[in-house]
Amino acid sequence: MIKLENGSQDLVCIVCPIGCRLTITKDDSNENGYVVEGNVCKRGEAYAIKELTAPTRMIPTTVRIKEGFLPRLPVRTSAPVPKELIFQCMDEINKVAVEAPVKMGDVIVANILDTGVDIIATRSMTRK
Amino acid sequence: MKQVDIVVIGGGPAGLAAAIEAKKNGAKNILVIERDRELGGILQQCIHNGFGLHVFKEELTGPEYAERFIKELEEMGIEYKLDTMVLELTEDKVVKAINTSDGLMIIEAKAVILSMGCRERTRGAIAIPGMRPAGVFTAGTAQRYINMEGYMVGKKVVILGSGDIGLIMARRMVLEGAEVLAVAELMPYSGGLTRNIVQCLDDYDIPLMLSHTVTEIKGKDRVESVTISQVDDSLRPIPGTEKEYECDTVLLSVGLIPENELSSGAGVELDPVTKGPVVNEAMETSIAGVFACGNVVHVHDLVDFVTEESRRAGTAAAKYVAGLVEEGGSQFTTEAAEGVAYTVPQQVRLANVEDSLNVFLRVRKVYHNASLVVKADGKEIMRKKRRHMAPGEMENIRIPKDKMLDMDGRTVTIEVEETPEKEVKSA
Repeated sequence: MIKLENGSQDLVCIVCPIGCRLTITKDDSNENGYVVEGNVCKRGEAYAIKELTAPTRMIPTTVRIKEGFLPRLPVRTSAPVPKELIFQCMDEINKVAVEAPVKMGDVIVANILDTGVDIIATRSMTRK
Repeated sequence: MKQVDIVVIGGGPAGLAAAIEAKKNGAKNILVIERDRELGGILQQCIHNGFGLHVFKEELTGPEYAERFIKELEEMGIEYKLDTMVLELTEDKVVKAINTSDGLMIIEAKAVILSMGCRERTRGAIAIPGMRPAGVFTAGTAQRYINMEGYMVGKKVVILGSGDIGLIMARRMVLEGAEVLAVAELMPYSGGLTRNIVQCLDDYDIPLMLSHTVTEIKGKDRVESVTISQVDDSLRPIPGTEKEYECDTVLLSVGLIPENELSSGAGVELDPVTKGPVVNEAMETSIAGVFACGNVVHVHDLVDFVTEESRRAGTAAAKYVAGLVEEGGSQFTTEAAEGVAYTVPQQVRLANVEDSLNVFLRVRKVYHNASLVVKADGKEIMRKKRRHMAPGEMENIRIPKDKMLDMDGRTVTIEVEETPEKEVKSA
């Protein structure tokens, strides 16, 4: 996202492969509080406003696993988390070591950083 | 000699989907051969999300996508062998394979499905000048080390190539505490999905240097620095633009090549552009009863399309074994024309097409507001508008069967037609 001098911001829409170049400007006279330009569909407008006001991301990563078939267990957030919490989440996730066996979907960290989002296993892993 | 109906070579997403679909279509004695320690192929190291939006209508990670298919395969009782390497495939469908428990196996199959996937191009393939220290990895190798084996590959990283694996690995390295200095891309556009540029580079302020390449690697034992230079329109480095970056690791995401040693050994005809077998509408190669699907045929960006294509191969292999394939009737070839790099399938037997034929293709450059035009011997039979097309995003066009009734012996071409600027504005 690029901040422009007049307070607008430029960003690329990622809702679909077209990749519209969007410009979003604060405008209280508009019902959404913002004016979005450059989008060819409604979803672009919603994306720009979300990116500006409350951007979220999925975090796919791994945790240590003891006695597992492999030394790392892949995990992800059960839902997107606020973007600014990504590195704090990683710090929490990196403290964890689980023990095999694990089933896909098992909760590895519940309610991480009080976000209401869990860290879940993305594969099953047997003991070695 | 062991005898089976269908041997599937490779237990990644293509082999899994093909084996399951073959079984669903009546094939009984199926054997999947996998050289790695488990099924799932490269999906197991692709721990990021973005898989399955087309097939499952939800967003999964690679291991989740794989596990759904592995579970189904096991529940269906399809036999598979792990840690098993296929050494040779012959024209009459005899497979030689080896592992440490069975020893050498000679397996006679009624049909064979090739699903060996692809491999990464390496430093040698693109001939980067300089010294030869440790610390130069293909992006996929680094991905396996980090995500599966638990080894971090470096601390200060430069990535060459902006294909999706390079972009995904840029984010992955940052999340695991490394610093990614830059992603250099030879072409004036990225080969990766826009979503990955935004979420893997922009999110972490990693610069994407388009029209740049690595022109030197320095370091005695371990990488100490790389030199990145700008390139001109003919992709040659411009003298005077060199900039040196201190780093300990170089990741290469510079393309994938279908893995076809077994195919060529058997005499399967390969397409010089896709580097994979020439296939027909049933994903059958130039050898009757030998089918191919997934990245061994042409490199895909989305696993969902691999699954679709592999299901077709599996269904066709089952039909072949049961003797239900329609031979004869109207046949034609497809060819890439202006702006299109290749088409798959390259050959079509109309009798085996149900309602429509889905042709996969890649365009040669980035297009905005263009059309894909299908012609038979030069005469237009259909066109589809596309707002955006890029070489990094595989396209497909569905040609209804009724438009192909009168094609026997002809050549169907697919080309890109750019819409003149004026029409775009008034549209």
